[in-house]
Amino acid sequence: MEAAPQVESRWTAGQVSGYLRRMGIFPILALLVVASSLFVPGFATPENIVNVFQRSVTLGLVSIGQTFAIICGSLDLSVGYSISTISVVTAIAMNNRTENIVPAVLIALAIGIIVGLVNGLIITKLKINAFIATLGTSLVLQGVLFSGFDNYAGKVPEVFQTLAYGEIAGIPLGVYLFLATALIAFLILRFTKFGYHLYAVGGNSDVSRLSGVRTDRVVIIAHILTGLGAALAAVVLIARLRAGGPLVGAGYDLDSISAVVVGGAPLAGGKGGVWGTVAGVLIVSILANVFNFLNVGAFAQDVLRGIVLIVAVAIYSYRSSR
Amino acid sequence: MTSSNGRLNPTQSSDEPLMQRQPILELRNITKVFPGVKALTDVNFDCLRGEVHALVGENGAGKSTLLKILSGAYRPDGGHLAIGGREVHLRHPHDAQKYGISIIYQEFNLLAERTVAQNIFLGREPMRGWRVDARAMIDETRALLDDLGVDIDPRTQVNSLRMAQQQVVEIAKALSLNADVVLMDEPTAALSLYEVDNLLQLVQRLRERGITIVYISHRLEEVFRIADRVTVLKDGHWIATRPTAEVTQTELVGMMVGREISSYYPPRAKPADIGAPILEVRGLNVNNWLRDVSFQVKRGEILGISGLEGSGRTFLARTLFGAEKITHGEIYLNGQRQRFKNPYDAIQAGIGFITEDRKREGLALIMSIRKNMMLPSLDIRQALGFIQFRKESTLVEDLSKSLELHATEDTEVQNLSGGNQQKVVLAKWLATRAKLLIFDEPTRGIDVGAKASIHQLMRQMAAEGVGVIMISSELPEVLGMSDRLLVMRQGEIVGEFRGEDATETSIMKMATGVSQSEPQGAV
Repeated sequence: MEAAPQVESRWTAGQVSGYLRRMGIFPILALLVVASSLFVPGFATPENIVNVFQRSVTLGLVSIGQTFAIICGSLDLSVGYSISTISVVTAIAMNNRTENIVPAVLIALAIGIIVGLVNGLIITKLKINAFIATLGTSLVLQGVLFSGFDNYAGKVPEVFQTLAYGEIAGIPLGVYLFLATALIAFLILRFTKFGYHLYAVGGNSDVSRLSGVRTDRVVIIAHILTGLGAALAAVVLIARLRAGGPLVGAGYDLDSISAVVVGGAPLAGGKGGVWGTVAGVLIVSILANVFNFLNVGAFAQDVLRGIVLIVAVAIYSYRSSR
Repeated sequence: MTSSNGRLNPTQSSDEPLMQRQPILELRNITKVFPGVKALTDVNFDCLRGEVHALVGENGAGKSTLLKILSGAYRPDGGHLAIGGREVHLRHPHDAQKYGISIIYQEFNLLAERTVAQNIFLGREPMRGWRVDARAMIDETRALLDDLGVDIDPRTQVNSLRMAQQQVVEIAKALSLNADVVLMDEPTAALSLYEVDNLLQLVQRLRERGITIVYISHRLEEVFRIADRVTVLKDGHWIATRPTAEVTQTELVGMMVGREISSYYPPRAKPADIGAPILEVRGLNVNNWLRDVSFQVKRGEILGISGLEGSGRTFLARTLFGAEKITHGEIYLNGQRQRFKNPYDAIQAGIGFITEDRKREGLALIMSIRKNMMLPSLDIRQALGFIQFRKESTLVEDLSKSLELHATEDTEVQNLSGGNQQKVVLAKWLATRAKLLIFDEPTRGIDVGAKASIHQLMRQMAAEGVGVIMISSELPEVLGMSDRLLVMRQGEIVGEFRGEDATETSIMKMATGVSQSEPQGAV
């Protein structure tokens, strides 16, 4: 702790703030890691670090998907009930049989794609605000789901649970999936034409359209990718829970949006990136982890998470106003 | 940079006489209707290959609409469009691009958060396998910018560029589409004089390359400097197309204006009715927007402010209303120095502002007449923070009666006609018992009857001792209503007339800056 102020004192305030602006959320993540390591006994152990990543997997997958929607100026509130729906359908499709794994996972991805496609079509073709459109699809999914299921459903074969509990080189498989998905998302955003157009549509949809970008298509694809993120999260969840359930996706809608926003993507779109989202997710997980170490109650955790969200966005807002 | 005749080698790009060249664009009987307005009526327009063709006309003459039809952003409701002799239908800007037409809009169309190169290649990024070829994009952008003789790093984010640089990026973007025809909608509106000069040289270079340019500008000296031919539009009608060499600026202004002033305006104030200054503005400066603006508004008079769009009229009004930050200068209301930090302060001091866009800035459309009328004056009538409903009711009734507004007070404002909406806006400010009212385009989009009663009312308020400033693009209105009249251009007051001395031509000349450069565009 004593080292930190000394390092900072060599920089002027202006340099520091300029640097922070360019680095986005990462200095805050670094600060959080350093502070947690110093002050929270048991935090900086290899097992706990792996644990933090392990706990980030499902939120991470959803949030990476959500990043696509938010960068193009949209958002997806239906990911929560998409996850629940996919978990139930997929777990039932697996029916405790190993040979069903591949088709069931394909079904999971297909549902994710379909929900994303429907969201995208409603938003672009019916010209309905994304908040309302995805809230609507979310309610539809919720209603359908609860009319048929009120508890855990389906059964996942032993082998499939490896996805949740298996490890390679001491690191859980889910973490590999999370990081690989992030890497693919990064490549898409940074290098593909679709990625360029996604930022353009979020930055200014009219300009993009007048430049010959097929804006509707971009928004629809973004939502399909968001749906796929939800599907991946659902698959990991059922591997962990051994079954699907109508409530397993609860909370992922707003949690994923806040992780993306904490990661530096404004809801207005046009900015942000997948590493920011990953950092946002890790911040959420580290805070939860630290709160558990410190025996902070669940409700107090909500209060603190709320404060972190607001403070993070206030910092972005302050930075960009200067 | 100016040659002896004031123009830059006007016929260098082709040995053929202008008239024998092929038209690259032909518009026949183009009509475009917007709800409530006929923006273009049977307009014919030819543009020859390789010429610089200027489009001029007053605000609302239909120039921008015509350009948007050429660029595929609007579809005409009637008429035909041919490019290179073949009839085409442009459904989307993309279609126009395919035919080699690109447009530079009045407002910049760039993505602030993306780089210059990303902007220029937006929508048609070069690919290398699955990924965008960023290096090729940067190299090509650099070549393009070098070609235009400007030094901008293709990797710069657009929001860190100056306005003029952004303009150049727009032009580079248009050219990178391999455009044969570049449409420019007031490209110099946002530029400083020096930057304008660079831009005009750039236009000239494009012309030498054989690129056809359709150019909208309010600044006639520019038109005479760079254009081969000029087309005049007025009220959505084609008036004339002439070679610039065969027309004088005075003739051009005459064609742009040329109409009768109707006589239904209320009589002007008599000299005896005009009293002490209500508002006095001394040396008002706002960075880049207003320069050394000084004037007075006297009791009993209506002060008109004329000028082209973007000349700083509305900005001046916003500044008086406390909505813009003053760099330096002083504002006095009834002799007292005012330092408004925000519109609230200005309203408290007794200033009312009837904005030009009543639907966005003047009214809460889904609220009732009564709530709209009472909004800015709630503070005056409140008792311990509570609204005094009975007092409000009588006030609303009185205001409606004096404004001849025949609608129940619960009517949602969005269901009223334009004229009645404007009456509600007026009532709002009357209820504040304002000492100074600023009207920005008070009768835009309003029918003749309502117009006359609003004019009557303005005159009546002036007579009752309220200071009245009226900004209007409609020259007959400014001429008919003003006791005194200021003309603004590029953030400065460039002229003052007594109402009865001014003519449309004299105002237009001053507003466009023609007066110094008579007779024939020699700059």
